[in-house]
Amino acid sequence: MHKTLCRGYNIGIRLIDEFLAKSKVSRCGSFRETVDIIAKQAFLMFLNMQCTVSKWTQDGSECSLIFTDNPLTEFVELPSEFQELQYCNILCGVIRGALEMINMDVDVRIVGDMLKGDEVHEMRLRLKEQKNEDFPYKDDE
Amino acid sequence: MLCYNIYFYDRTGCIFYHEWLRPKPVKQGAGTLEDDQKQMFGLCWTLSNFCAALDPKGTDKPQLGAPRRIGQGCQFRSFTANNYKLHFLETPSGYKVVLNTSQDVGSLQETLAAVYDELLVARCIRSPLYKGPGQPIPNPEGFRGALSQLLRMRGVLPASQSA
Repeated sequence: MHKTLCRGYNIGIRLIDEFLAKSKVSRCGSFRETVDIIAKQAFLMFLNMQCTVSKWTQDGSECSLIFTDNPLTEFVELPSEFQELQYCNILCGVIRGALEMINMDVDVRIVGDMLKGDEVHEMRLRLKEQKNEDFPYKDDE
Repeated sequence: MLCYNIYFYDRTGCIFYHEWLRPKPVKQGAGTLEDDQKQMFGLCWTLSNFCAALDPKGTDKPQLGAPRRIGQGCQFRSFTANNYKLHFLETPSGYKVVLNTSQDVGSLQETLAAVYDELLVARCIRSPLYKGPGQPIPNPEGFRGALSQLLRMRGVLPASQSA
C-alpha cells in the first residue's frame, strides 16, 4: 500500500515543468530558496493552500513543511485497522520527483499527520545531494 | 524575417528537431543530423559555460569549464552572426530550446517561453503518452503543426514560409 502511494513520483517529474512554465520561475538556486518557492507558490498553485517552512537544521540541508489545510484529507477518516497508513504519502513522492528534475535528490517523509491526531501536517525534507548538470552525449571520442 | 530551424533538448539529448528552411544542407556541415544536433548542443553548453565564467557582474562565477548546476551563473539568450541569429532558452528543469532565425529578429525570449509553456508542457510533458525524459514526444506531427502555428501567430514565422 505504501508503495502504491509513492506513485506521486511520476506526477512530480511532470508537475515541475507545469509549475515552472506557469510561475515563470527562471531559476532554482539554493535548496532554501527552492523550498520557499514550493511552500509559497507551488502548494498555492496546485493545492490552493500555503505552508510554512521551519525547523531548518544548522547546515541547511533539512527542513519541515508544515500545514494545517489539506484538501487531500478533507472528508477522510482513517479506520482503526489502517492507522499505520501514510495517507498523504503521495505528496512526498510528488516533491521528490519534482526536485529530482531540477537535480536535487531529496528524501521526503511524513512526520506529522492530522489524520492520526497530530496538531499539524508535517513533512520532513532532507537534501541528499544537489547535482551538477550532466553532459548527455557521452559517446564522444 | 525567416525561421531556419529549431532544436529541443532534454537532459538526455535532442528530443525534437524541425527545419523550415535550411539552404545549406547538413551534409555540408556536421555530416549527419545526429552530429549536427550534438554539435549544436555542445555549442550552447560551452557558450553558457563561458558566459557564466566571464560574467563581469554576477557574484556567482563558476570556474571556466567546471561542471555547473542547471542555471547556475548567468545565461546567454542569443547571439547574432552576420547572416543568422540563434535564440536560446534553458529551463530550470534542464529543457533547452534553440531557434535559428534571420538576424533581423528582435528578442524572442517571450516567444521561447511560450513555446515551452504552450507547446512542450501542454502537448508533451502533460500528455499521458509521454513517458518522461529521454522518450520521444508523442504525436510529433501534431507537435510540428502546433509549433509552426504558434510561431506564425507570434509573427516570427512569416506566412510565406511553409510549415
